[in-house]
Amino acid sequence: MTPFETILNGIESASAHENAVIGAIAMLGWGERILENWNGARGEKPTKSKREGFRLLALHRQGAKGDPSFNACRETCRELVYHHNLILDEPTHVASLERLRMAKMVAKHLCLFVQGKIEEDRLGDFCCSSRPVRTHTRKEDR
Amino acid sequence: MSDKNLKRVAYYPGCALEGTGHAYDRSTRALGKKLGLELVDVKDWNCCGAMEVKNIDPKIQTYLSSRVMSIASEDMGFDTVMAPCNGCYHNLKKAEYDLENDPENVAVTERLSKKAGHDAYKPGSIETIHALDWIKRSIGEDGIKERVKNSLKGIKVANYYGCMYTRPRHIFPEKDQGPGSESTLKPHFMDDLLQAAGAEIVDYPLKTACCGGAHTLSDSDTSTKLVTNLLEAADECGADVIATECPTCHSGLEMHQIRAETRFGKKTNSKIVYFTQLLGLALGLSARKVGIHENVSDSLKYFKEKGVA
Repeated sequence: MTPFETILNGIESASAHENAVIGAIAMLGWGERILENWNGARGEKPTKSKREGFRLLALHRQGAKGDPSFNACRETCRELVYHHNLILDEPTHVASLERLRMAKMVAKHLCLFVQGKIEEDRLGDFCCSSRPVRTHTRKEDR
Repeated sequence: MSDKNLKRVAYYPGCALEGTGHAYDRSTRALGKKLGLELVDVKDWNCCGAMEVKNIDPKIQTYLSSRVMSIASEDMGFDTVMAPCNGCYHNLKKAEYDLENDPENVAVTERLSKKAGHDAYKPGSIETIHALDWIKRSIGEDGIKERVKNSLKGIKVANYYGCMYTRPRHIFPEKDQGPGSESTLKPHFMDDLLQAAGAEIVDYPLKTACCGGAHTLSDSDTSTKLVTNLLEAADECGADVIATECPTCHSGLEMHQIRAETRFGKKTNSKIVYFTQLLGLALGLSARKVGIHENVSDSLKYFKEKGVA
């Protein structure tokens, strides 16, 4: 599992990159690290496959299987892909760096959301339910 | 999208609109009156089951929501119930779906309805709509444009829909149906209506992201971090105002905006306002009529400067 602090620092660094394309690719990579953490916490090997051309979306689908509440971050994942595509499609666009900053906010939200879902194991259901992860963690503890 | 008459609909305000979301109730009623739309309160309504009941037993939530729909349709004779709260709207739609597709839910609802002494809700008897559907379908952008007295020109708005308005997609079969219908990926009804009122809509990338509402009390720091990110993103987009359409999101944004500053030293600038308040101001209602003074987020001075209050 990649520590969330490392991921958040990585997101900040990616957003500060002077080349928006490199920053956007890195940002998508940090998004994948976030969902790898979620799937890992569920006791699953994070998928290497892609969906609609993106591993991030395949990881999200994997994470939502058996836990529909994880769809709460579906649009956030797709928004991250969208911003990545915007930047890569128009690398010299005048708004590229601004788009990268927006991608940062989206990636950061994904990170905070997943971090919250994983860490709230003794406080009750986070948003819709993080029960499956907690159940797994408890079995591990035993 | 149905073209039925929405001039007179059953109104299910739900618990939040009697408490922290009172300004939403006030502005919704005032806006309806201004637009010539009649809201008839559902008699003896109960909690929709929200998150608390649903987390313990989803079938009880289905029953609770079905009772509201049963009263509105069977007892009051309405074919449409309008729920402005995202939680209520979501739960009524979910109950409709459950009762159409799950025999176990039907059995529990029939048993509990009998015990409670009322007819069990018959799926398909009533359509649940959100306040956004209500205005969009009954008045529309053109109708708003015709009625604007104080244009929202110069007011930059980030529209925040929250997570329950479009999710899960399967309980909203009317969405994603092409032009004119709402999108679950990038909802736009609020954008359309406020733009018609003259507002400048910014491209906000976190329209449907989680506000951490459910954990406001049990783990405030997590909620504060999520909300701070939403607020910072709105600032980054150049928004002056975040328009909301959910009382839980709204109060979360307001409270955690203050908490972010006092606890984490993070100050953000967006005013947080219900979309019904913004539309009401644009249509010439006073700030008091739409409950601007009831918001925690202080926006009165800002609206006065902009000439709409």
